[in-house]
Amino acid sequence: MPKGIRDKVAILGMGCSKFGERWDMNAEDLMVEAYVEALGDAGIETKQIDAAWLGTAIEEQHVGKSAVPLAVALRLPYIPVTRVENFCATGTEAFRGAVYAVASGAADIALALGVEKLKDTGYGGLPQRGRGTLPNMTWPNASAPGYFAQLAAAYRAKHGSAPGDLKRAMAHVSVKSHDNGGRNAKAHLRNKITIDTVLNSPMIAEPLGLYDCCGVSDGAACAIVTTPEIARSLGKKDLVSVKALQVSVSNGTEAQHNSWDGSYFATTRIAATRAYQEAGIAKPREEISLIEVHDCFSVTELVTMEDLHISAEGRAIHDILDGFYDADGTMPCQIDGGLKCFGHPIGASGLRMIYEMYLQMQGRAGERQRQDMPRLGLTHNLGGFPHQNVCSISIVGRYEG
Amino acid sequence: MTFGILAYGAYIPRLRLQRKAIADAHGWFNAALKGQGKGERAIANWDEDAVTMAVEAARDCLTGQDATRVEALCLASTTFPFLDRLNSGVVAEALNLGQDLAAGDAGQTQRAATTALASALRGGPATLVLAAENRTVKAASPLEMAAGDGAAAVLVGEGRPVATLLAAATRTADFVDHYRTPESEFDYQWEERWIRDAGYMPLVPPVIKACLAKAGLAPEAVTRFCMPAVLARVAQTVAKAAGIAEAAVADNLHAVCGETGAAHPLVMLVAALEKAKPGDRIMVVGFGQGADVLLFEVTDAIADLPARLGVQGHLTRRKEESNYAKFLAFNDTVELERGMRAEADKQTALSALWRNRATVTSFVGGKCSKCGTLQFPKTRVCVNPNCTAIDTQVPEPFAAKTGRINSYTADRLTYSPDPPACYGMIQFEEGGRWMMDFTDVDEKDLSVGQPMRMMFRVKDIDSQRGFRRYFWKAAPAATGRT
Repeated sequence: MPKGIRDKVAILGMGCSKFGERWDMNAEDLMVEAYVEALGDAGIETKQIDAAWLGTAIEEQHVGKSAVPLAVALRLPYIPVTRVENFCATGTEAFRGAVYAVASGAADIALALGVEKLKDTGYGGLPQRGRGTLPNMTWPNASAPGYFAQLAAAYRAKHGSAPGDLKRAMAHVSVKSHDNGGRNAKAHLRNKITIDTVLNSPMIAEPLGLYDCCGVSDGAACAIVTTPEIARSLGKKDLVSVKALQVSVSNGTEAQHNSWDGSYFATTRIAATRAYQEAGIAKPREEISLIEVHDCFSVTELVTMEDLHISAEGRAIHDILDGFYDADGTMPCQIDGGLKCFGHPIGASGLRMIYEMYLQMQGRAGERQRQDMPRLGLTHNLGGFPHQNVCSISIVGRYEG
Repeated sequence: MTFGILAYGAYIPRLRLQRKAIADAHGWFNAALKGQGKGERAIANWDEDAVTMAVEAARDCLTGQDATRVEALCLASTTFPFLDRLNSGVVAEALNLGQDLAAGDAGQTQRAATTALASALRGGPATLVLAAENRTVKAASPLEMAAGDGAAAVLVGEGRPVATLLAAATRTADFVDHYRTPESEFDYQWEERWIRDAGYMPLVPPVIKACLAKAGLAPEAVTRFCMPAVLARVAQTVAKAAGIAEAAVADNLHAVCGETGAAHPLVMLVAALEKAKPGDRIMVVGFGQGADVLLFEVTDAIADLPARLGVQGHLTRRKEESNYAKFLAFNDTVELERGMRAEADKQTALSALWRNRATVTSFVGGKCSKCGTLQFPKTRVCVNPNCTAIDTQVPEPFAAKTGRINSYTADRLTYSPDPPACYGMIQFEEGGRWMMDFTDVDEKDLSVGQPMRMMFRVKDIDSQRGFRRYFWKAAPAATGRT
């Protein structure tokens, strides 16, 4: 096991745009909105940034390829800028690039910015796009909800869950996120809903109804990172540092080998185990204060609770219905509204999750501030499909060095 | 060893449009249709065409047969999806018959299949004679009521035939009862009474007579008379004129299937063979700018042919469709607002298609020669996490394997010509799996563990370029009335 990233890098500043249908904004405008907040928070100037990472996933819908759009939008001073894309893990990948640059000593201060401008397609839902020359010939013409909905079929078959029980737990996930989103001024969806709203919503992909699906949003989020030493030299107190960063990528086993039963995320289980090791966490259910997971769909959040080894296998339904993950529960999940209600501008989502952790750990989360100040927080992204995906996990926490 | 028909098969698509639905839609305009709203006609699913139906009929025909013995393949149709691309070549590739094969398309007339069958029966290579039709019809036309979609297959060659050819006769005459050109999408047809009185009646009986003369048999020797005709009672009238008993006239399947165009003589032949006993004599007539007449005698071997779906089995594999609007939409006869998601570019890289033809068209995967793991598609590195050997994969055909549903959904968001789009993970019993589209399935019938069979279907239609690509889909393996 490598030594890992624990406590080598601290967050100097963060920013996040309002998420939503930002009809009046280009992607570049959203980048600036997040960046201005982060720069002010960090208390530095652009010229102090040594390197930058841009995360965008569906760049053909907005900025196009390469890192140039970030360099131009922020007028970065001819520094190395890199664009990364890894499905819905894109934002966390940008963060990982910046963190590794600082940890290696290659940069003193590095920037990670994720952005997505999805609402220029002319229709609801994620943009329709090709999967590559050969996959176009052999993959189903599927949508994201159609792929993720299949978790429910396999989960029910494995655990013998009654369809109604699973559907109610999934509905609770969405109701909880709408409650939380209502307390977040930057969130895309801020309306409260009831269990019946979810259960009676139009079917998108069986058994996922409209309210089992997250919003498709425009938005940007940004992190400026440095070493704890430099952060302190710049006058920062109450540092939040990176405890772990793990990525696990499917190698085709789930898609092609019959050892996977379709009811869980193989990558998440592996990335979580590695992340806990890297962060020195022995009992995640007891040690972690707060989680932000990739709730692209209610069922994704449900099975992820087990894959993160927080709920026991087959017990997520019970923990969810018991309120374990509610804002006032033992371990709030999506206290900011999550992808469901804060929104899901793909490239920004991972950074948005870390932004929430950072605010919560500094007591700056406003009316949604957790009363017991969170000590350790986990963020999780899942890009792709249950049978072939990219999982990223970050753990951040208060710096006690 | 004798030369003759070694095996037969058929395919009738699962959807049966209720003729009442057509009559209800158009009776206001063409009152004559009101009286025709009885029974049902087979309609191809949106993802079926003459090529895919021919593949299914061929697979049915090859049940229990050694496919490697097929030396030639001929596909007859007047509704080929491609004007310049060997349609039978697509079929051969889908059947994974290898490249050591002669393949040809036969078209242009309703008797294309009988001509091809007569030619194959003259001796020579073991030939799979296929006929398939996916008929395009004008809304509110009589043909819309009468036509059906379907396919049939006959394997001809040396061996222990189930039927032998006693004699064949043919005659050519440029009698234009209807026509279709590249400029005209639909058939243009002349008056029905003229077709009967000046077409069938003078043209067919003499050819029957010539055929019987060659066989040295009297008309009474014919025990089953198979002659497609969309006009009512024409077959009976021709039989009577030729001296064939009315009781011998075969049902033209109008009530349950409809007239499958160039495929119909073979569909009727297969239906006759299914019910035949040794010694029966079956006469098949193909009519179109002349006539072909073939006379067969059924042998003892018919009892030993392994069970297959054939015409009767496929007629039982059936779903009633009373939504006429769906039929129009499937055939693009009405301009539907398909939504912006339907605008996605469906271009196929032909170079990649050729390179990946075993995967895409033949549905051949791999088997690791080191660990024995099966996988689809075949890749250079073995998928088994405990093996991952490089370049150990040998080709492993998956098309005939039964898979089971591991996970599934019914998707109303993604574009599908027939929403909801049903798809899921199919796990093959011997190993291997693939996330794939389902077809011929109803959302309410899906369940984890359900057995599914692979079917060759249209994957996407590239309306921008007029291309269509094919791939395999999973359909319920169980048969029977649904």
